Amino acid sequence: MTTSVDTAGPAGAGTRRAGTSTLRFLAGKVGAAAVSLAFVVVLGFLLFRMIPGDPVATMTRDRPTSPEQLARLRERLGVDEPMVRQFLDYAGGLLRGDLGTSYIYNRPVSAMIGERLWPTILLVGTATLLAAALGLWLGVRAAWRRGSTFDRAQTGIALTLWSVPQFWLGLLLLTATQGLFPSRGMRSPDIPPDLLGQALDVAHHLVLPCVTLLAVTYAQYMLVMRSSLLEEMGAEYLTTARAKGLRDDLVRARHAVPNALLPTVTLVFLQFGMVVSGTVTVETVFSWPGLGLLTYEALRGPDLPLLQGLFVVLAGAVILMNLVAEVLYRVLDPRVRAS
Amino acid sequence: MRFTRFRRLRSVLALAAVPLLGTGLFVPQAHAQDGPTVLRVALVQEIDHLNPFTASFASSTMVGRFAWEFLTLPSAEDATPTGGLAESWSASEDKLTWTFRIRDGVRWSDREPVTAHDAAFTFNRIMTDPKAAEANGSYVTNFARVTAPDDRTLVIETEEPQASMTALDVPIVPEHVWSGIRDMAAPETDSIEVVGVGSGPFLITEYRRNEVVRMKANPDYWRGRAEIDELQFVKFENADAAVNALRNGEIDFVNRLTQAQFDTLRGEPNIATNQASGRRYRELLMNPGARNSAGQPIGDGHPALRDVRVRRAIAKAIDPETLVEKVLGGYGELPGGLVPPIYADHHYTPPADKKYTFDLAAANRELDAAGYRRGPDGVRAGPDGRKLRFRLTARASEDYGLRATDYIAGWLDRAGIEVVKNLVSDNEVDETTSSGHYDLALSGWGTNPDPDYILAKQTCAALPATSGSSSSNAFFCDRTYDRLYQRQATELDPRRRAELVRQAQARYYEQVPSLVLGYDNVLEAWRSDRFSDFTEQPEGRGQIMEQTGYWGFYGARPADAATGADVGLPAGAWVAIGAGALLLLAGGGTVLARRRTPAEDRE
Repeated sequence: MTTSVDTAGPAGAGTRRAGTSTLRFLAGKVGAAAVSLAFVVVLGFLLFRMIPGDPVATMTRDRPTSPEQLARLRERLGVDEPMVRQFLDYAGGLLRGDLGTSYIYNRPVSAMIGERLWPTILLVGTATLLAAALGLWLGVRAAWRRGSTFDRAQTGIALTLWSVPQFWLGLLLLTATQGLFPSRGMRSPDIPPDLLGQALDVAHHLVLPCVTLLAVTYAQYMLVMRSSLLEEMGAEYLTTARAKGLRDDLVRARHAVPNALLPTVTLVFLQFGMVVSGTVTVETVFSWPGLGLLTYEALRGPDLPLLQGLFVVLAGAVILMNLVAEVLYRVLDPRVRAS
Repeated sequence: MRFTRFRRLRSVLALAAVPLLGTGLFVPQAHAQDGPTVLRVALVQEIDHLNPFTASFASSTMVGRFAWEFLTLPSAEDATPTGGLAESWSASEDKLTWTFRIRDGVRWSDREPVTAHDAAFTFNRIMTDPKAAEANGSYVTNFARVTAPDDRTLVIETEEPQASMTALDVPIVPEHVWSGIRDMAAPETDSIEVVGVGSGPFLITEYRRNEVVRMKANPDYWRGRAEIDELQFVKFENADAAVNALRNGEIDFVNRLTQAQFDTLRGEPNIATNQASGRRYRELLMNPGARNSAGQPIGDGHPALRDVRVRRAIAKAIDPETLVEKVLGGYGELPGGLVPPIYADHHYTPPADKKYTFDLAAANRELDAAGYRRGPDGVRAGPDGRKLRFRLTARASEDYGLRATDYIAGWLDRAGIEVVKNLVSDNEVDETTSSGHYDLALSGWGTNPDPDYILAKQTCAALPATSGSSSSNAFFCDRTYDRLYQRQATELDPRRRAELVRQAQARYYEQVPSLVLGYDNVLEAWRSDRFSDFTEQPEGRGQIMEQTGYWGFYGARPADAATGADVGLPAGAWVAIGAGALLLLAGGGTVLARRRTPAEDRE
């Protein structure tokens, strides 16, 4: 056996001690995550109050408004209350699971985030999955044939796409595809009546934003995979595998890649947390009704409760994914557990 | 057991590819050829609410205009008041009581008759319920009592005479639907059960937040059913994407185009364009010494700008013609008063002897004479020794802001005034200008057919009670202006009122707390192969979308050659191609990895 990929825990007398240490490990990590989240809550509150702009002015711009109307609006939004009071209200609400009420839409922030969460997960999930698959595959190929034309060409293409601004690529794709795909949204104005039709409709709308996101993100998976595989390639256990008479393909697939996969798996999870917040541009170009677009809309107000809620949720996603990655890493790699 | 992790990953990938494979195999049915005529309009601004009591954004009020009829509204021909629900109206001798005669035979879409009681309910609700006053409260501030003595008579008593009584931009809602609603701000008031009952040319049938608002033609509309069957407002977050969608035939109408977008669309086949006179003016604010309503100074404006001679010299050092030609690309009109030329009766054109004509030598002479001498570095200083060094605040997000500030800085430099450009976010421009923290700033406002509101913003009464958000536009406070404003506000004879409106603007122009720089054209485009006969307001030169009325889309007809077929969108086929492309990218690895494992490779 060349690698210890057996994920079942150590058996026998060591189990109890390993269980305690796992618990301690988990408690530590969860505690750290909770502290980070608390910082995020405070930071989010202060940060958005530094944005210049008056939501009342935005809401009443260009329409006849009497001074009484303005005064009532300021009172409803509570923008004139002392900062400390506003923060206590906000923090108290958070503890009760209440993210507040949007200034502009006058709806609960949690409901607004809830309805925008799934479109983002669909878009980011699909794109991340495909980007990881493509990146891993190309990365393995490129590393195995390091220095070949394939390696140089693919690395070049990936790096070029990585440096392209998302909105520009999105607009370019829109123009280039000449209406083969819808230019906006997740669904057509006329939703097909049947479930299959609806799924096809969403898939049709998903193509361009997904390809855009995929094109600009797959490079990092590819490069990490490539470099970690290159590291493994000098390892002696590969010589052993070859000495056993295995085909080159199998040496790569069974021995080298599983070991090189670990950093990439971590990266996928870290990226998934980041990508949720990083889709503002793609969602804006394609009017995809997700969290990124909601952030963009909220910034225009500025709709402070909505921004705060989004900030907590998006930062929370990163923190959670970090936590998952750390725990998963421990599960996947026995070396981490042993140390 | 071995390598299970990698295998698992492979199967996950394969599973992910399955729905995509499925996508490629099925092709949705083609769109019906003889279906209803649907006009799809791109909407680039959000909708906050559909509830007309709380709907504040321009796009929301536009939707409301189609759904609920008004008492009176600006006509399509020249934007002067014409009858809506009211077929006639009159004011009492003392100008304090207005009687509106409600049209007979108009019905709500649920077949109930529209009566004066509905109108009375609408106004009374706004007057008594603060939440209902959020959007349209300004129209009832002067109302004392609104009653409906019978089904066809509406009586409005006002505190003071009010000339703008025929310009009440308030949608009249059905009492039997809205009287049961306790919390006017509740999200449920945006639901179809509530907003679906209307009396306008189109009725709201579906609302998917930030996606689409669908409206169908009201078959019982009192002016007659619209020629098109359905109106869809489709949300676009990105204007370039909307232009692209128009080209592809995904949508039929798009507005708020930039010069560049308009120029590219102009020559395209099957696309028609409309360069219309706009309702907005652009201005250069010159802080005349911002004060609050108690007369205390607020903000940090440069003291030299309190001197009207300095402001006038600046006005002469600026060439609006160049700004309209070079910065607006010719898509604008040359300035006069605050009311744009689209409202011809109320527009003020300064006579030659009062006009600020671009003349740098004259500007320099006047500043010299006023005691602002040039220092060794060429920058003038006032008698107090303080240099004429002004911040010029503008929107960084706007092409106009970026380019006009260059021109203005260049001109003022030649008049011995140093300009420090301050390009910031839209929100920051709003905040600094409304709190008086500016010297010079580029701004602008939209105007309405009735000039009362835009003139009221320049009165002393509009000054803020406290620092912060202000209704005042330029911190102007001038007794002569206020007197002229008051007289026009209470003058019911349209011709005499128009004269007073122009006089008030002349006073503003002379005191120049802000210099109007021009009026942007409104740029619109549509699919001429599918629709025609959009009504412009005012006739022949105005805009089609976002009118103060519903004429634009109400008048639209399907073009003669229109087949009703969707242009270039055999959706299913392209789903298959798109999915195929994704599959190729993602599936490649999976397919390769699935190669058969020979028996001799087992360890």
